[in-house]
Amino acid sequence: MKALTKKRYRRVNRREDYLTSMLLLLPYLLLFSLFIAIPVLIAIGLSFTYFDVIKTPELVGVSNYIALLTQDEIFLKYIIPNTFKYALIVGPGGCILSFVLAWLVTQIQAVPRTILTLCLYMPSMVGSLMIQVVWKTIFSGDQRGLLNAFLLSRGWIDSPVSWLLSPEYLLTIMILVALWQAMGIGFLAMIAGILNVNEELYEAAYVDGMKNRFQEVVYITIPSMKPQMMFSAVMAIVNAFNTGWIGPALAGSNPTPDYSGNLILNHIEDYAFSRYEMGYAAAISVVLLLMIAFFSKVAGKLFTEKD
Amino acid sequence: MAKSKFKGKKVDPRSFSRDQIKFYCILIPIACLMVLPVVYMFNEAFKPLGELYAFPPTLIAKEPTFNNFKKLFELSGTTGVPMTRYLLNSIFITLITVILNIYITVACAFVLSKKGQYRVTKWFFSINQMALMFVQVAVAVPRYIMIVRLGLIDTWAAHIFPLIAMPIGIFLMKQFIDDVPDALLEAAYVDGAGNFTVIRRIILPMTRPAVATVAILTFQSAWQATEASNNFITSDVMKTIYYYLNALQTNNAVASRGIVAAGTIILFIPNLIIFICMQSRVMSTMSHSGIK
Repeated sequence: MKALTKKRYRRVNRREDYLTSMLLLLPYLLLFSLFIAIPVLIAIGLSFTYFDVIKTPELVGVSNYIALLTQDEIFLKYIIPNTFKYALIVGPGGCILSFVLAWLVTQIQAVPRTILTLCLYMPSMVGSLMIQVVWKTIFSGDQRGLLNAFLLSRGWIDSPVSWLLSPEYLLTIMILVALWQAMGIGFLAMIAGILNVNEELYEAAYVDGMKNRFQEVVYITIPSMKPQMMFSAVMAIVNAFNTGWIGPALAGSNPTPDYSGNLILNHIEDYAFSRYEMGYAAAISVVLLLMIAFFSKVAGKLFTEKD
Repeated sequence: MAKSKFKGKKVDPRSFSRDQIKFYCILIPIACLMVLPVVYMFNEAFKPLGELYAFPPTLIAKEPTFNNFKKLFELSGTTGVPMTRYLLNSIFITLITVILNIYITVACAFVLSKKGQYRVTKWFFSINQMALMFVQVAVAVPRYIMIVRLGLIDTWAAHIFPLIAMPIGIFLMKQFIDDVPDALLEAAYVDGAGNFTVIRRIILPMTRPAVATVAILTFQSAWQATEASNNFITSDVMKTIYYYLNALQTNNAVASRGIVAAGTIILFIPNLIIFICMQSRVMSTMSHSGIK
């Protein structure tokens, strides 16, 4: 009897269900297409053209990519090494740091855990403006900079160091700042993941002779939270690339001294908004998107469960 | 017997034991280090002018004043737009974006989660998951071209619509709705409910934590967005406070240091309060965040 009503309901309402479903999907689908999917397609399209905003784009084949990979000295000599160094430290580094800290906070009680979690998460929500202002004043090049004043008062340096204007320090400072605010949403996912591991698994493992917390982490915690790890890894990679704007903001100029703090994002900006070579800028964008996809693929290989 | 080997629950302990001390010893210094820059910022905002440029610099304001805040509110842009107008713009944009985004996200995530029988949903979910990696700065120019072509230059829509395309919101919401039992929906359908009723009466009440999380994430991105004000909006009266403080900071860093500090604090506090109020909901959403 029940099956019959269900069947009838299905026949009558299938059309209506399909229509309302598509209607519900539509607003997001539309906005997603307009502001994410189509822009990516436009970027790919433009990357094969010469486009200076005024004249109509002119097809030039793959010459933008060839120029980028063979003639763009700045790109090859500074941008690529900087970006890789930055991304390889901030991406995996941020991910590992998130996991270690997430594991540490789950080993204590709920109330202090919440407070400490908030402290660790706070840097990731202060926003780009505060990041600039705060780190600029801390690393300020004169004697009034917080770090310089501290080092001077200890007698560890004789004269103030202009941290943000010296090529040898800038990238390191950028990495430091990025790691400072790496405990974002991925970090919260890790905490939730660790807290969600089935308690009986630990119990069973102790019965089977597991001895300490280290073994707990390696044999139970990490394998049980691979999906959360994957999510965090993707977030860490995106975060690494998203915070790449910070170099010129800290140094106060684009390009930064000796291009020491310029990452691939700044290179796009440079070509798009200073030189108006949109086709070339689009080619760099495509390379960036491919890089992110590649890193995420690697993360996927590491964390997805093998069936 | 065998169970005696298991020394009790170690993860998420209910009570304090001495072996937790070592974790506090590591965590507390790190947490202090993380918060230090934020504390420093708070103090900058309350320092009188003399103290801002004192040598040696002080971490804690000695004679705190509200002067910087007062000056901030008296400030106006180059074209005479008062600071409060920028603030109101930001509040308006953020509010509309958050409300719209909640409805659009729940609607779309519901279809993606529960209507797997239609081919387009599966296909779209995997595209959306790929878009989690989307870095919007990478395609700033094509986004600008889209805004121009749609005729949205210098409209409120240019502020709001690009922000709603937020793949992570859809992703988290979909994972959460996955856990709403199908039988419950089936029962509602048999009783004659349509999709709209199901969303209003079942999905929305059962996914409050995820709704809160999407609201927070949207709030954070809308409140601090500068893309629209930088690129899509030409008239000053429609720009946001975040954009304005950013410009103040880059163009006039020395004179406005205390004021900018006061501004960033004012912008940061709502963020902090909302997160504190909703953190338990965020955590329960995050436990569904795994990518399989």
